Amino acid sequence: MLYREAGQFKTSYRADQRIFPILQDRVVVGALLLVAFVAVPLWGSEYLVSALLIPWLILSLATLGLNILTGYAGQFSLGTAGFMAVGAFAAYGFQLRTPAVPLLLAFVLSGVCAAGVGAVFGLPSLRIKGMYLAVATLASQFFIEWLLTRVGWFTNYSSSGVINAQPMVIAGLAINTPPRRYLLVLAVVATLALAAKNLVRGRAGRAWMAVRDMDVAAEVIGIPMLRTKLSAFAVSSFYCGVAGALWVFAHVGSVDPQAFDLTRSLQVLTMVIIGGLGSVLGSFLGAGFIVLLPLFLPSVLSAVFGTALRPGLLPNIESFIFGALIIFFLIVEPQGLARLWQVTKEKLRLWPFPH
Amino acid sequence: MQFFLEVLIGGLLSGVMYSLVALGFVLIFKASGVFNFAQGAMVLFAALTFVSLEERGLPRWGALLASLAIMLGLALVIERVVLRPLVNQPAISLLMATIGLTFCLEGLAQGVWGSVVKGLDLGIPDVPFDVKGVLVSQFDLFAAAIAGFLVAVLALFFQYTRVGRALRAVADDHQAALSLGIPLQTVWAVVWAAAGAVALVAGLLWGSRLGVQFALSVITLKALPVLILGGFTSIAGAIVGGLLVGASEKLAEVYLGPVLGGGIENWFPYVLALLFLLVRPEGLFGEKHIDRV
Repeated sequence: MLYREAGQFKTSYRADQRIFPILQDRVVVGALLLVAFVAVPLWGSEYLVSALLIPWLILSLATLGLNILTGYAGQFSLGTAGFMAVGAFAAYGFQLRTPAVPLLLAFVLSGVCAAGVGAVFGLPSLRIKGMYLAVATLASQFFIEWLLTRVGWFTNYSSSGVINAQPMVIAGLAINTPPRRYLLVLAVVATLALAAKNLVRGRAGRAWMAVRDMDVAAEVIGIPMLRTKLSAFAVSSFYCGVAGALWVFAHVGSVDPQAFDLTRSLQVLTMVIIGGLGSVLGSFLGAGFIVLLPLFLPSVLSAVFGTALRPGLLPNIESFIFGALIIFFLIVEPQGLARLWQVTKEKLRLWPFPH
Repeated sequence: MQFFLEVLIGGLLSGVMYSLVALGFVLIFKASGVFNFAQGAMVLFAALTFVSLEERGLPRWGALLASLAIMLGLALVIERVVLRPLVNQPAISLLMATIGLTFCLEGLAQGVWGSVVKGLDLGIPDVPFDVKGVLVSQFDLFAAAIAGFLVAVLALFFQYTRVGRALRAVADDHQAALSLGIPLQTVWAVVWAAAGAVALVAGLLWGSRLGVQFALSVITLKALPVLILGGFTSIAGAIVGGLLVGASEKLAEVYLGPVLGGGIENWFPYVLALLFLLVRPEGLFGEKHIDRV
């Protein structure tokens, strides 16, 4: 009864093409944004903001990037963290060497750098696909990690390899408290998510989906394969690059190639699959699930087992449960959390009637 | 020249160790189309089980048989719990499931047997001996012999037994095999069991080289370029690919390393595989699939 589009007529093309065509969706999204932009910075505790929301938002952005590539364009990639690292180091480099460039522009430019690198490593996708491509993208992961660790220019010849990120300043305002960092991250993520939502329903997104669904057919109807695949890699890497820059500047505060190892790539891939391939909402849900799970598991486990566990066992049980949950989710809902939301929406539309 | 030969032979022999891990991958990929990311975790699991059983006082052969039995049981459980419900899902879901399995196995192995690094002594002396002035590691030769033996056994098994024929049929075409009455689930269980046995062998050899520890789980990653070079579906390819990767990465480390700054072992095989893919996308011995990308 509550969630029903009956009676909402579209009288103009503009209304027909809205991102959220149903009034209830717009109300909910508006309310969510209001809470996120106003309520959380005002009343959210520091733990909530800096340990939960900031990493969640940043990883959502990276997940969104990979989702564009894997979910929309159908190209597997295991090199996400590599592209995040490119973004992170590029942002550091811009801040270091060209201090005149404002922070936000530096973020954008670091995304552009990552996009360039991503397009180069996307070249093999023109020859290979599927699992072969996934393994090929591992090359980018390892190569980038090695390059950033070995070549001193990137780390400004720091001896330890770990460098502190510069303090963030936007138009004279220091972004140094958790609420401010949160707002910066939120603004960037919200903007890019909106852009992604528009991108995937426009010409570019439809070309990607055509390639994903059947590449031969896509080529026959005149979609240029080269441009489509490389643009998917570039856009995806742009998102990952910005996410990497944010991770370094707004979350951990230090630039370290180790933060972007293969584990991170796998983590982001897990988020994409759990959240749902080819869904912007799913990227956020999947990232939320994977970020929250390790935070809740220990407390749940120690509540269940008490102190009966021998020390050192807990991380292993966590690892086991984490893996088991991934498998469980894949079996129960292979299309991810976004699909669960769809099902819920269908149910809500009919509620309180069963059919 | 002598130094070159030494590096080359050392590389080739260490490549055999990669082949052993790649072999497990190929077995599973060939029969079920599942890209088993958990092979490395299985290697770790098998080696840890063996060492821990031996520590608890089992004789060597007893521990070997017991861990073999445990790997077989594991294969049955994986087939029943993970694979069967995921039949007909896209390849990426299955890949994801094996990534989940990796976490499970790592947690299980270290939770049950502890996460301390354990030494493993197979009783093979690791002293290099001299062949016309070139030093060759005895242990590596032993590993190579084991790998050769395994491949021969697997090849015979695939070629001449009833189950082997069923495996090849399933590898060729799932649906046709099913309609001929070949029990897909049994075949998968057999394949995972075989991969488990291969993982045990690989785990013992790698374990006695590096110590039985968490790092064993990561050697999977070294097997991936091997797979690309050799092709995902070829047992011979796994061996040849392993040799190529082993030799080239050692040569690259020795001759290119000083120029580029060392540590290139980690990515060189991948870049090699990548370049190779551009020329021959299906790998050395992989089946040619005729589809345009």
